[in-house]
Amino acid sequence: MPDYNEYLERIFDVLKPFAKQGILLNEESELVAELGLTSLQVMELIEQLEDHFDMSIPLNILPDIRTVHDLAQALEKLNPGS
Amino acid sequence: MSLFDKFQPIADIQAELQALGVMPFGAVTEKLLSSTEAIVNGHKVILAGTNNYLGLTFEPECLEAAKKAIDELGTGTTGSRMANGTFAGHVALEKELAEFFDRKHSIVFSTGYAATMGMGSTLAGPGDVIVLDADSHASIYDGVRLGGADVIRFRHNDPADLDKRLRRLGDRIDNTLIIVEGIYSMMGDQAPLAEIAEVKRKYGGLLLVDEAHSLGMLGEHGRGVAEAAGVEDDVDFVVGTFSKSLGAIGGYCVSNHDQLNAIRFAIRSYIFTASPSPSVIASTRAALRLMQERPYLRDQLWANAHRLYDGLKNLGLQVSPEVSPVVAVTIRDRNQAIDWWNRLLQLGAYVNLVMPPASPTDDSLLRCSVSAAHSEEQIDRIIDAFSTVQNTATAD
Repeated sequence: MPDYNEYLERIFDVLKPFAKQGILLNEESELVAELGLTSLQVMELIEQLEDHFDMSIPLNILPDIRTVHDLAQALEKLNPGS
Repeated sequence: MSLFDKFQPIADIQAELQALGVMPFGAVTEKLLSSTEAIVNGHKVILAGTNNYLGLTFEPECLEAAKKAIDELGTGTTGSRMANGTFAGHVALEKELAEFFDRKHSIVFSTGYAATMGMGSTLAGPGDVIVLDADSHASIYDGVRLGGADVIRFRHNDPADLDKRLRRLGDRIDNTLIIVEGIYSMMGDQAPLAEIAEVKRKYGGLLLVDEAHSLGMLGEHGRGVAEAAGVEDDVDFVVGTFSKSLGAIGGYCVSNHDQLNAIRFAIRSYIFTASPSPSVIASTRAALRLMQERPYLRDQLWANAHRLYDGLKNLGLQVSPEVSPVVAVTIRDRNQAIDWWNRLLQLGAYVNLVMPPASPTDDSLLRCSVSAAHSEEQIDRIIDAFSTVQNTATAD
């Protein structure tokens, strides 16, 4: 089962093409306010993470997700494979 | 910071459009000349964005039925279906809808939004799962958010992706509702319902199909995509609206599940709103009858759809992926879409301007919808208007 760091690493990978030019990604990067992801891009990010980790990520978690850290933590909590 | 700050982006767009002298959102229909022509924002136009698919809004039988209902029953019910708002007409319409769809039960709602939102929010709650097509209508998203079930999207019209997402659910499939639309409202593309039904048969769960934009268009009896695909038995709930093919307002859900009569009294959008006015119910019943008596309207509708689709495609425009009574032209640049919408209006063609986030991608759309009541000449004039706009310089 992946741990927090594996989730984090994958989120960084998936985010790279989405993030605005010249912005350095870190755990505290804000997906919408800072990286400028549109709502469609957030959905695409979720779909890619679901497929990579073969897990279900309900959209219900999104209101509580602001940063990359929030997302990695939420994925860890979702406990894939159970 | 104030409560109003979050509305500033909308206010900015409104100000931008106002400065351009364009009013695409909330365009005012000042006078209706027929089911296909009107005066909109001061321009005489062909209505090519009204979802009036069968063109029944001015049918004498519908008008007479509505007038008679007003005379006999008044202007409104003044109450909820659960209290004083269930009239004999509401019950009769529910029976007629059940017969039309060949289902055991039906519920009539005050709007299509209330039907879809109500079913989505009530059927699955906390602890349950909803798996929905990514391009689902706002009423579906609003409903499932309200209900509190875990919401998982699958890629638009992709049964293999649905398969993957249902597989991941494991035992939770027993508490899962799958939601798709028959024809998608923005691009007009049809759900691959036979394949989706096959995935449902493989894993389980219940399937709800929103046929808002396909009622009266597809299938031997006009019941929609489920009938056309031959998978009605796999569809547990069909929801839809009276505001498109039937030219009124209101919504419905039909099902063979006996539980629907208990579910009815758990749906807040059914209980806590006034029921449809008697005149609305009367014209809807008349339109439902006419839709069944006049299957040739479907043929006219599809002939017009092909004519518009082919005409716009031949202009080299980026049209929807498949022929449908909804023909959307994709315009990448938002300002160009606004400019084209405005000039189409001036040239006598009213279409819908759709900008993100209402459009399924980050592009804007000029969304057309055709009617069985359009003449070939009207369709050609719509195509000519697009051609003129395409071949003339941007107005500035």
